[in-house]
Amino acid sequence: MALESQIVQLVFAGLTVGSIYALIALGFVVIHNVTGIINFAQGEFAMLGAMFAITFSEKTSLFNRVVVVTLNWPLPIAIIASVAVVSLIGMALYQLAIRTAKGASVVSLIIITIGASIALRGMALIVWSTDPFRLPNFTTGAPIQWMGAYLILQNFWVIGTTLVILVVLYFFFERTMLGKALRACSINRVAARLMGIDINKMAMFSFALSAAIGAIGGIVIAPSTPMAYESGELLGLKGFVAAIMGGMNSAMGAVIGGITLGILEALGAGFISSAYKDAIAFIVLFAILAARLSGLLGQGAKQQESGL
Amino acid sequence: MKVRHVLLMVALSLVILAALAACGPAPTAVTTAAPPTAAPTVKPTVPPTAAPVAGDPYKIGFVSSVTGPTSSLGIPERDTALMVMEQVNKAGGIKGPDGKMHQLTIVTEDDASDASKATLAAKKLVEQDKVAVLIGSSGSPASVAMADYATANSIPLISMASASTIVTGADGKEKKWVFKTPQSNTPVTQVQADYLKAKGITKIASIGVNNAFGQDSRNAMKAIFPAAGIEVLADELYQPGDKDFTAQLTKIKGLNPGAIVVHATAAEGAPLTVQAKQLGFTVPIVHNHGIGNIDFINLAKDSAEGILFPIGKLLTYKVLPDADVQKPILAKYDADYTAYTKGASLSTFGGHGWDAVQIAILGLAKVGPDPVKLQDFFENGGVKNFVGITGIFNWTASDHTGVAKESMVLNEIKKGTWVYVAPADYKNMPDVK
Amino acid sequence: MKRLLGYSNLITLLILSVVMAILPLVLPNNYQVSVMIFVALFTILTIGLSLLMGYAGQISLGHAVFYGMGGYLTGILATRWSLPPILAMFLAAAITGGIAYFVAIPILRLRGNYLAMATLGLNVIFTLFLTQQTDWTGGPNGLGSIPKLSLGGWVVKTDVQMYYVAWFITLVILALSLNIVNSRFGRALRSIHSSQIAAEMLGVDAAHYKVAVFSLGAVYASIAGSLYVFWIGLISPSVVSINLSVELVVMVAIGGLASVWGAIFGAAAVTLLTEVLRNVLPQLLSGASGEQEIIAFGLILMIVMIFLPEGLTTGSLLRYRRWRADRQALKELGVAPHA
Repeated sequence: MALESQIVQLVFAGLTVGSIYALIALGFVVIHNVTGIINFAQGEFAMLGAMFAITFSEKTSLFNRVVVVTLNWPLPIAIIASVAVVSLIGMALYQLAIRTAKGASVVSLIIITIGASIALRGMALIVWSTDPFRLPNFTTGAPIQWMGAYLILQNFWVIGTTLVILVVLYFFFERTMLGKALRACSINRVAARLMGIDINKMAMFSFALSAAIGAIGGIVIAPSTPMAYESGELLGLKGFVAAIMGGMNSAMGAVIGGITLGILEALGAGFISSAYKDAIAFIVLFAILAARLSGLLGQGAKQQESGL
Repeated sequence: MKVRHVLLMVALSLVILAALAACGPAPTAVTTAAPPTAAPTVKPTVPPTAAPVAGDPYKIGFVSSVTGPTSSLGIPERDTALMVMEQVNKAGGIKGPDGKMHQLTIVTEDDASDASKATLAAKKLVEQDKVAVLIGSSGSPASVAMADYATANSIPLISMASASTIVTGADGKEKKWVFKTPQSNTPVTQVQADYLKAKGITKIASIGVNNAFGQDSRNAMKAIFPAAGIEVLADELYQPGDKDFTAQLTKIKGLNPGAIVVHATAAEGAPLTVQAKQLGFTVPIVHNHGIGNIDFINLAKDSAEGILFPIGKLLTYKVLPDADVQKPILAKYDADYTAYTKGASLSTFGGHGWDAVQIAILGLAKVGPDPVKLQDFFENGGVKNFVGITGIFNWTASDHTGVAKESMVLNEIKKGTWVYVAPADYKNMPDVK
Repeated sequence: MKRLLGYSNLITLLILSVVMAILPLVLPNNYQVSVMIFVALFTILTIGLSLLMGYAGQISLGHAVFYGMGGYLTGILATRWSLPPILAMFLAAAITGGIAYFVAIPILRLRGNYLAMATLGLNVIFTLFLTQQTDWTGGPNGLGSIPKLSLGGWVVKTDVQMYYVAWFITLVILALSLNIVNSRFGRALRSIHSSQIAAEMLGVDAAHYKVAVFSLGAVYASIAGSLYVFWIGLISPSVVSINLSVELVVMVAIGGLASVWGAIFGAAAVTLLTEVLRNVLPQLLSGASGEQEIIAFGLILMIVMIFLPEGLTTGSLLRYRRWRADRQALKELGVAPHA
């Protein structure tokens, strides 16, 4: 394969994987901005989104084959239903766990989300066992050939979905009251309360929104990569790194962080060493951070003093 | 500040003691044997043939990875063990060397795919539950840890993982107390090499998972392929849980190999195969025994057509000649396991578990729950021509695995199911266009 | 001693020593002794992390790296170069501390999330390194045949012997850390935690202290790693997983941030919880196995943090003080307090 073809192939792969990371990173950023919490259960939202979509749309046997569910809903309906269910789970997580721990330190809240991610993973293990599942491709067809590289159709869906969500979020945060209220919470919580914004409602909504975005992320990759009960762990981790790379405080940053991470990984694995693929991204990151102690789009080291 | 800290320490001590008390041995219903009669001078009358007296239960300790990265191996293994226990006990139990029937108790533990937890679980089983023989674990590092413990405490261990370092020490001799049921990667790789040679392929590219399973497989490949005249052009790696393999596949494509050799399990092996085909690869794709269950076909769907891999006879037993001694055992396992788990897919990993449990039962029936006698039984002729699911076992002092190369056969995936490929047909494979 | 530690700490330390000394005589089997050895190792790890997180306010998601580094170095030194175990342990601790020092200097200039990510990166890179450098580290299968610890002529062979060695070292480290916390060093650390800028204005060289406490934690972790390999005899990359690093952070938080005693609590609570669940759950729910155990673990984690967000020690102390204060206030108002 000629060099240009290799580069095109790798960049396309990096864009695809990066879009997934971006979707997970967006979830982290939304919750962090409104509540200051790092939600370690974010990856699990993606996993649950995929699992529910599969259960709603195909014949699935649950609980170690004791129950067989054959809902066979059309795919679009299954997807919408799944996103709705996972959003509810996100809201429940907030209400039952985060809100009840009133006044806890940020570290404690993070530990709660860690506990939640362990519990959610265990529940997924009981319901779906260790079997990996996948969704059918959204559109069937051969990959598009361009400059000697093969561009798989489902990947366009992934990249496209991320862009669409980015645009939607932009309009949401800029043009709607709810979005602006959320932004107010992230800028200054006390001032927002003084203006009559219900902080708890905003926080709950941010959890629901993050859960929904995460679920969508899991659903769009389910056709090309099988999801199992533990798939959320690695996704959450990569998304976390992507979020930090982007500065942890803007949707745009999350997406740029995600895409950068994805492309770095793909190029590193393709040209340097596939064994150290995960490490390459970090090494480049260290270099960037060393040069500029503020991430790619972040506010700067000083803002992070309160941090964790 | 003062009294509080003291109180805290007292509280801590109480908590620890309470926790450890809770960890104490569960009260077991002990069937006490009748006390010896105190009148030895009276000649006992020979009782009429009575129903067999129940003896104490025979205990097997079973450690597998129910959670963690190796859980797709550990769960079928555990379910198989519990299934066998149920079957044996329904039939009355194990008849021991003392003539009594003993209920079989298999205590299962989860090691979460972690070597430290595996050692701790082994300790609990031996010291608290007082098992006579250990089986475990699903993965190689955990099995090596258990092997060390078994050797130090003189308890026989049967592992369900495949690395040869589990049973063979650094000095090349088999570890006295350690045995295993899966064949090592050598016969698998030899079948692959035979196939490649028959096809006249001399250059291949390899891609494998960066963990113990993948490394063992790649080591076997690097040892056997060059001797068979096959050059390994690339040795690409990916991490467990990776979703995208385009980078590695793109690199491989540039090298123009005659075939791709994959060391993977279904969860990553399937998307890898799908992506390889989407990227336009037309050369044969050869996997190893890691994809030995229906998950691979379910996940790869159409892309699974024409995939070749060596595997035990379990998956294609239906086409075996009726004279094959393994066939009835395989058929029965298929029926029993599917019924017990209400439709779980057959996997060779569960088969390894079945073999281990059955061999342990064999030993218990012959010599009883004595670890020393069991070790002697296993090593010195007790396991001879044992027809198992993985193959036909012959354990000797120099071979604690004892499964011949002939137990591995080449399979091709065609139209969503497995097809047996005879060595004579290698050069025609894959026969899908 | 009294001046170094303070009365209450000293008494508590003594009580703890006595309890730990008697415990093996009371425990019925080696399995439970082994659980307590793990508690000791995790306590050493957690104390180091607690100093870093609770007092210096720095988060590290890569603490397991130094545990593994200590273990692997000890193993390599003891097997390849046949160094006597004690020497191997000291050398490993020194090397690990040195590496931590050099890594800390650039990394600790980061704050909050960035520091978390950098330490995560450390963990990822180190694990990959261990899996790849097969010649030195044995790759995914790890290192084996590591000799037992020997002190003079005495070889530490049985679990009970290792228990005493591990807890002796743990208590020494505990005393050392309590001393540090109550000393000038500790006060400097706390001032950095409250506000780095203010501390620096007062002449505290924040960077120096942060790097120092990071390296100290690494040395502790290395010692724990050495004890682990001497006891189990082998080590593999799974020991250095991100899961362990996260588990350590959980232990610190559960025990109570900013409390060295909290470290023991946290380490004991998390380790014992896993084992208690393993033993008790199958009796409560028939057929319960690994899957149910981790759900219970996650749920219990959440419940503890929800109701005692400051951790078991600090949280309980706070609640207790609040309860006392309430009673006091009610008494002063002339209202009879409820039971």
